[in-house]
Amino acid sequence: MTRLFPHPILSVLLVVTWLLLVNDFRWGSLVFGMIIGLVIPLLIRPYWRQRSSLKSLPKYGSYLALVVWDIIVANVQVAKIVLFKPNSQLQPAWIVIPLEIRTPEAITVLAGTITLTPGTVSCDLSECGHALLVHCLHAPDPQSVVVDIKTRYESRLKEIFA
Amino acid sequence: MDLFIEILVSALLVIGGFFGFVGSYGLVKLPEPMTRLHAPTKAATLGVGGVLLASMIYFGWFGEHVSFHELMITMFIFLTAPVTGLMIAKANIHLQWTKEELPPTGAGTNWSTQSDRPSLMDDGADSRLINDGD
Repeated sequence: MTRLFPHPILSVLLVVTWLLLVNDFRWGSLVFGMIIGLVIPLLIRPYWRQRSSLKSLPKYGSYLALVVWDIIVANVQVAKIVLFKPNSQLQPAWIVIPLEIRTPEAITVLAGTITLTPGTVSCDLSECGHALLVHCLHAPDPQSVVVDIKTRYESRLKEIFA
Repeated sequence: MDLFIEILVSALLVIGGFFGFVGSYGLVKLPEPMTRLHAPTKAATLGVGGVLLASMIYFGWFGEHVSFHELMITMFIFLTAPVTGLMIAKANIHLQWTKEELPPTGAGTNWSTQSDRPSLMDDGADSRLINDGD
């Protein structure tokens, strides 16, 4: 089974994505979606060796809901800064986030979350993969941003990814 | 009920248009390349999201059936926006920032963009990828 389905979650996701793209349920498209879900994970297996695993799907769902909410808040905050704050009062800063999560999948999700949420863009990863470089649009207190990201997102991701 | 849906759709279109505008305006107004990156990666996602949500509600109510394409577009934007943001940031680090200007990693190594090691794009990169698990 593992040889045939190296990434079971990816396979399911591909079938669902295909059905949503077709936008109309037919048995034929379900079969074609399953073929896609079988072939693509096999093709990309050489580049994605480790089997990824999610520990808890409900927790991942609540994490997604949290991120969507934060994206809306982030947009309002950035809009306020762009419209009302003069450039001279802006305090951009680089911050470094020491990582406790180690799997590439978890770090990718964390970096994506950071880019989509309040005033931060993830810019680089250290060579060993143990620290993340983040640029803040307006951070009078950079240390509090680090603590915020670690408690709000990283601690949750640590529980989600095995 | 039709009126209520129309008002909702119009409100979402206005909100979407507003955030799209703020994203573009931020691109012009903010001072340096790194801060400019912030406006489009965020404001644009909600701008596009608002318009797509409006489209979904409109066709769900007035059209024949609910269309899921908008959901897919939103998902693809959420997946691609961080990747483009990261690529632009990395390009900018290559062009304008030296090792001394960036904060140290605190892990004893360089940032990967400023790595001393040979690039994965060099000859023989494929074999390294498979053998070293890079």
